[in-house]
Amino acid sequence: MALLDIENLSVSYGSIRALRGISLKVEPGEIVTLIGGNGAGKSTTLRTISGLLSPQEGQILFEGKPIASKSPHAIAANRLIHVPEGRGIFANLTVEENLRLGAYCRKDTHEIRQDYEHALELFPRVKERLWQLAGTLSGGEQQMVAIARALLARPKLLMLDEPSLGLAPQIVQLIFQVIRKINAGGTTILLVEQNANLALQVAHRAYVLEVGKIEMSGPAAELANSDDIRKAYLGGH
Amino acid sequence: MSASDVLIEPTSHGVNILKSAAPILVGIALAVGIQFLLPSTVGPYYSRLVIDAGIAMILAVSLNIVNGMTGQFSIGHAGFMTIGAYTAGSITFYSSLLIWGTAAKHGSFLGSGEWMFVIACLCGGITASIAGFVVGLPSLRLRGDYLAIVTLGFGEILRVLLQQTGKVVDNAEIVRNAPLTTFATVPVGGAIGFDGIPKYTTLFWVYAFLAITVIFAYRLKRSSFGRAMLSVREDEIAAQAMGINTSRQKLLAFITAAFFAGVGGGLLAHESGVIISPKDAGFQRSFDYVIMTVLGGRGSITGVMLAAILLSGLPEVLRDFERYRIIIYAALLIFMMLSRPQGLFGIHEIWDFFPRSWKTLPWKKSPREEAQ
Ligand SMILES: Nc1ncnc2c1ncn2[C@@H]1O[C@H](COP(=O)(O)OP(=O)(O)OP(=O)(O)O)[C@@H](O)[C@H]1O
Ligand SMILES: [Mg+2]
Repeated sequence: MALLDIENLSVSYGSIRALRGISLKVEPGEIVTLIGGNGAGKSTTLRTISGLLSPQEGQILFEGKPIASKSPHAIAANRLIHVPEGRGIFANLTVEENLRLGAYCRKDTHEIRQDYEHALELFPRVKERLWQLAGTLSGGEQQMVAIARALLARPKLLMLDEPSLGLAPQIVQLIFQVIRKINAGGTTILLVEQNANLALQVAHRAYVLEVGKIEMSGPAAELANSDDIRKAYLGGH
Repeated sequence: MSASDVLIEPTSHGVNILKSAAPILVGIALAVGIQFLLPSTVGPYYSRLVIDAGIAMILAVSLNIVNGMTGQFSIGHAGFMTIGAYTAGSITFYSSLLIWGTAAKHGSFLGSGEWMFVIACLCGGITASIAGFVVGLPSLRLRGDYLAIVTLGFGEILRVLLQQTGKVVDNAEIVRNAPLTTFATVPVGGAIGFDGIPKYTTLFWVYAFLAITVIFAYRLKRSSFGRAMLSVREDEIAAQAMGINTSRQKLLAFITAAFFAGVGGGLLAHESGVIISPKDAGFQRSFDYVIMTVLGGRGSITGVMLAAILLSGLPEVLRDFERYRIIIYAALLIFMMLSRPQGLFGIHEIWDFFPRSWKTLPWKKSPREEAQ
């Protein structure tokens, strides 16, 4: 059974139809990436999955159960965790407080501590800045905090919305390495990216979204070699 | 010890105010000290100012839970206070009439009258928190200016309703013989205010309740539950993504803030020289408390307390300029917003400004230092 199974999902903002019947699946253990240009509907897809938007049509099954009508906090409590575009850091709280909030729904103290140590191992720079206000961190460090915080929820499915946005290439490399490690540790990931090149390198499978529709899908390596994709997203050579 | 050792004690979602009774005992000891030392040293005039400052601090610290910590904008806090004041005042006034035949003060320090007064204040807190629930409901849908207008409207509606109430009945016989017809008029004084409430409020009770309020607010801020409120202020969407029920968090902020405001109102109603009246529910008083929280800093408990002391003392300093009070407040606020928009202490507490060596005992490292 797929971990996440989306059937024929349509979402509108008022009269603007942002998603026009998309279907996608995420199997346990995979990294699936959703790529596409500006305004394709990538963020809308993630927002709908995490309950911030409600769909007009279609269904979303998480672990086989429908979640489309649930509230965002209930969905997060099921360990389907969304790192929103722009990171959503709590700027006036310390990094440590941000991390604690990641574990808000959990009571398993011992495991929380393990996850905390693990997250800080993945991001040593976060560990050095635990007592700083999160708003004073650089953009890259904030992205690290956002991911580390999400890890403290021990996600079954981690949804990342453009983790590379506005970051220097070295930091992007670092973040993508960590994404690989997180996945190697058994966490399933749904990755939204505009940086198709990088996304197709880390992902197992990919979906290409264009103006609210899935245009193409398949194994990431195959898509990376397809001429259409190369022309449209990978700089055309 | 590594950094990770300092994180994460069990995440209990409640606020364990009794985690250690020590701070409360210290607070109560301080209140006893103030009660027995202050009046004899500074005299009744200044004692009264200290009582006023104490009540103002209770109101400001509680409003800070909604406006500072949870990031909602309520300008109806005086409404909750007034509900508490009228509830507590009617309880002591009419119970005293029924029990002792007179509404005068009964018993001395910690006597039966004072305990009735304490219970009345707590009841005031409870009725206020019910109102807090009702007024908090719109906060689930509205934000910013719209919520401010709803809370403002609440205070004004309450003011008008209280003006329609009946005359105070201070005759024990009438109340005893015809309780139903008496209470049907809601005999709390109408527009002229509720006169005759026994004057039980002392420095001790004000500062004991203040200690509890402050310790509660502080524990709240450091608890997982309070952190969830802070996260609602910071970024509602991200808070939801962490599994936080932001609606519940906002409602509970309104309910707890209103509770302490109601208790503060009970104290005000029983303060000598004070006659509570419908206009206490109105915009002006609410505005005073909002200024205190803005001036003190978003979520800074100590900052808000300092601002409450300064602003409740200000009218006395400016006694001869009473008419210009609002203008002076407004000018002060504009000056503050231009020079220090984050408030006196910003998001910090007063001890964040002390040198680190003051805060930790020499033989004990702070977790922060150990982590670094
Ligand atoms: N709050 C909103 N109100 C109205 N329309 C919106 C809103 N948010 C997004 N849209 C529209 O929905 C469409 C999809 O937006 P979405 O944010 O999902 O795109 P995206 O693929 O994430 O783009 P980007 O890569 O630029 O982040 C766009 O046409 C956008 O204008
Ligand atoms: Mg987007």
